[in-house]
Amino acid sequence: MDERPMTNDRPLLCVENLKVYFQSNGARARAVDGISFEVREKETVCIVGESGCGKTVSALSILGLIPTPPGEIVDGQIIFSGQNIIKLDEKAMQKIRGNHISMVFQEPLTSLNPVFTIGDQIGEAVYTHKQMETEALFQYCVQLLNDVGIPSPKQRLNDYPHQLSGGQRQRVMIAMALACDPDLIIADEPTTALDVTVQAQILALLRSIQKKRSMSVLYISHDLGVVSAIANRIYVMYAGIMVEQGNTDQIFRSARHPYTQGLLASLPSLSKRGKRLHSIPGTVPNPAYKPKGCPFHPRCRHKKLSCQKEYPGMCDYGEGHLARCPVLFKPKGFKGSRIQGVK
Amino acid sequence: MLSFIGRSVVQKTITLFFVSIVSFLIIHLAPGSPSQVDPMNPKFTPEMVERFQKEFHLDKPLYIQYIYFYQDLFTGKTVSWKDNQSVLKKIWERFLNSLPLFVVGTLITWTLSFPVGIRSAIFRGGIYDRSATFISYVMISIPGFFFAYVLIILVVTYFHVPVIGLKTFGIGDAPATYLFMDRIWHLLIPSMLGATGGIAVLSRYVRSQMLEVEGQDYIRTARAKGLPPEQVHYKHALRNALLPFVTMFGLILPGLIGGSVIIESIFSWPGMGRMAYEAILARDYPVILTVNFVSAVLVLAGTFISDLLYLVVDPRIRL
Amino acid sequence: MNMDEKKIRDDFYIESPLPPKRTRMQEFRRLFGQNRLAILGLFIFILFFCCAVTGLFLTSGSRPIFDPAMVRLQEKLRPPLAKPNLDSLRPEEVPALGVYFMGTDDLGRDVFARMLQGAWVSLTVGFVAVGISVLIGIFMGGIAGYFGQQHIKIDHILFTLCLIFGAGLVMVNSIFIGTALVLLCLAYIFYSLLARHGSTEKEAPALKAMLHINAVSVDTLIMRIVDIMLCFPSFFLILTVVALLPASIYNIMIVIGLTSWMGTTRFVRAEFLSLREQDFVAAAKALGISNFRIIFRHIMPNAIAPVLVSATIGIASAILTEAGLSFLGFGVPPPHATWGNILSNGKNFIFDAPWLTFIPGIAILIVVLSFNLFGEGLRDILNPKLRERH
Repeated sequence: MDERPMTNDRPLLCVENLKVYFQSNGARARAVDGISFEVREKETVCIVGESGCGKTVSALSILGLIPTPPGEIVDGQIIFSGQNIIKLDEKAMQKIRGNHISMVFQEPLTSLNPVFTIGDQIGEAVYTHKQMETEALFQYCVQLLNDVGIPSPKQRLNDYPHQLSGGQRQRVMIAMALACDPDLIIADEPTTALDVTVQAQILALLRSIQKKRSMSVLYISHDLGVVSAIANRIYVMYAGIMVEQGNTDQIFRSARHPYTQGLLASLPSLSKRGKRLHSIPGTVPNPAYKPKGCPFHPRCRHKKLSCQKEYPGMCDYGEGHLARCPVLFKPKGFKGSRIQGVK
Repeated sequence: MLSFIGRSVVQKTITLFFVSIVSFLIIHLAPGSPSQVDPMNPKFTPEMVERFQKEFHLDKPLYIQYIYFYQDLFTGKTVSWKDNQSVLKKIWERFLNSLPLFVVGTLITWTLSFPVGIRSAIFRGGIYDRSATFISYVMISIPGFFFAYVLIILVVTYFHVPVIGLKTFGIGDAPATYLFMDRIWHLLIPSMLGATGGIAVLSRYVRSQMLEVEGQDYIRTARAKGLPPEQVHYKHALRNALLPFVTMFGLILPGLIGGSVIIESIFSWPGMGRMAYEAILARDYPVILTVNFVSAVLVLAGTFISDLLYLVVDPRIRL
Repeated sequence: MNMDEKKIRDDFYIESPLPPKRTRMQEFRRLFGQNRLAILGLFIFILFFCCAVTGLFLTSGSRPIFDPAMVRLQEKLRPPLAKPNLDSLRPEEVPALGVYFMGTDDLGRDVFARMLQGAWVSLTVGFVAVGISVLIGIFMGGIAGYFGQQHIKIDHILFTLCLIFGAGLVMVNSIFIGTALVLLCLAYIFYSLLARHGSTEKEAPALKAMLHINAVSVDTLIMRIVDIMLCFPSFFLILTVVALLPASIYNIMIVIGLTSWMGTTRFVRAEFLSLREQDFVAAAKALGISNFRIIFRHIMPNAIAPVLVSATIGIASAILTEAGLSFLGFGVPPPHATWGNILSNGKNFIFDAPWLTFIPGIAILIVVLSFNLFGEGLRDILNPKLRERH
């Protein structure tokens, strides 16, 4: 943990050195290889990274939804409201899921059960954690659908998932997630499967809900444009580790890790019109066969011999901005120090 | 919905028509002739043979025979050539004999397969799953007649219970409970035999369906909502996994007419299978053709019902 | 330090270390190795195969080593591993190796020899029947899946009917009219093939236009044929045909093959339908590859998986069917032995000589079980959901 003085109370969710490995086909895939992040109250934290970097696995392991035969949480702690929820048994976890922490998934069509009505599924989410009578339940569900902006909610409650559009289905998922007034919502790329215009609506919805209910949001995405719109703080993830973290300004204006810089440079924008598109050469490493030393070094244009030899620690740029690249770190002119061994 | 029913009925009727032609051709093109009209048969004089031929219209060309036969069938006049009984009456009697066998067998199969299959899927890889799997394989592989004899030996040696035939010979005067128990004992092994193969196949299918459904995203959503495992498995997963089985329900129908020849031979059970078998041997054309026709009707009706059920049960198709 | 830095900059590799490359065969072998039941199945199958082949040699010919047909009435119903009563036997009647390995049946024949002979029957029936059904299934399913949307026109139906009618007339000895009709139809086919190439006329005469109406699509036609075949209860059909035809092993094999292709057809058709829409087919077509080559080189290897599985399980069920037919008396004619035969003979002596029932029964059980295990193992391996995703 860094030694900055906390301005808030203790964070809502604190993940420390989480390691999740998968055993598949004779090889051990290190999907999440020691990450640490935290989410404080009333803030939106985004985890950004390419496909295959381990962000979904991190999110699923918070709720204990990793299938255990191939997957396993090998190390680390997840501290929520003061207790380490990795250690909890199934029954205790059920009290947390949907109730204090809920999740919105990426594919709204396959994430809703096709043979039950919307009303059934939302009602179930409510009823599991709060006992209510049928009439009160019905009104509550109507109110939820109103909150997420679905027109004619009373009729919609009797519809089946396939009768709604993609955007509406995702709103229903959000409604289900909000049902028991959770403290934290984890949203795993909720807009990736939707059109851009619908995307904007869903993002606006999330922002307004968060303000209204004073919740925290952990938003996972690979889309930096989306992230810039809603994030308070950002964590950049690559090959199972955090390579940079900071608030939105720091990341977008002064990224200090070559990977983040590459991501930002790859964003097409009007100012780059007519110029050659920038891309990061190479591909994401296979989680079972990661490079030695810094996992990004094969694709990095700043690499030195030391990058292959030692695993880099986090370098502190002050005010919560950390980056895992000693090569770009110039101590003079910056406050703080290079902290060895920060994972 | 109505257009679907209409189209279906038309298609199935056309299929039925072709089936009737094909079965007719198969029977008549096969070598050999019915025993009564076989000129080699020493029991009949040539004049009698000729008379039978006239009566059975065998001297007319094939398509005329076809028309005669189906005319008789639909007016209920078909008569077996072997023993001159009305075919429909004969089929009905044997059907009533086969029915309890079929009903008990199907009941056992369906009530046992689902719990076994579901439990195997939920506790995949565990001891229960592995032993159920192995037993299923053995059940599928064991030849029916062999298993029958093994069971007969066991039951007769250890329980001293008669098993052959519909009921024990000479028990006619015993009080009603004895009669009832006697029937049950006789019914037990044949229906178990029919059920074992069915349970093996069906439970594996249930297991694979459950496994497939359990891997879906909406199950993950259900767990993320904090639902207890029983609700996840038995409410969310099961309801989806059962969809194909509702349709299989319609396909039970054809089983009504097909008694297993082997089981009925071993247990001397006077059922449909044996009747058809004897008819084949005696080249009793009316019986064979009628059984074929009825079986085709049942198969087509069965598929029709299962299509209909699928429409009803899956909300994605309804609208 | 400079040299090393230079070296890094020189071989500026941008690829991360790759996982070890495995060919499909190696991957297959590895997955197979993990499934112990499937290995057991394969092992038993190989054992069975060797027994059948050696059994064929050991029991055939005029002076076989193990004679399955030699009747020794004085030695009937001897239990397994019994020593023959040497005084009552002539020298050539003594069984090889001096012991009845599996006892004798009611005619004094050596059961071990009969089992060896029967093994070969079971093997050939299984493979040939399934071979026939798989060939038919692939053919029908492939055509239905690939050419499914093409339609059969009215003129096709008309001249097929005329062709059949003409052939029928030939068979009924009206040779002249028959051959005339057949030649007429062939001429029509010729004409229509050539004419299609040439003419692009838009206003064809009314009759011609009527002849070109689409009657039914190839897919529907083949599926209806499958439906018709499915209407017949299969065991009855086999029984009917086998009872009516002269008893011979070839008839049995062909009949079992001809009545079990429907499942394979459905699988192949489903695979073709889904594969046909995939991009690699469109790419191949865009490159100008002929239909034939696309089917056999590109689609078939992908579609073969369910066929293999159903073939393996089909062999098991063909063996069971053959045993059932033998049991009912319709199998291979005596004195040739099959496992069903032996069991059928033995059922009359079930309490006195249980080995006559148990030995063939358990043998059938083990062989069929091995095929089923192997087939299920194949199914697990070839299941695309378990294939690696890189």
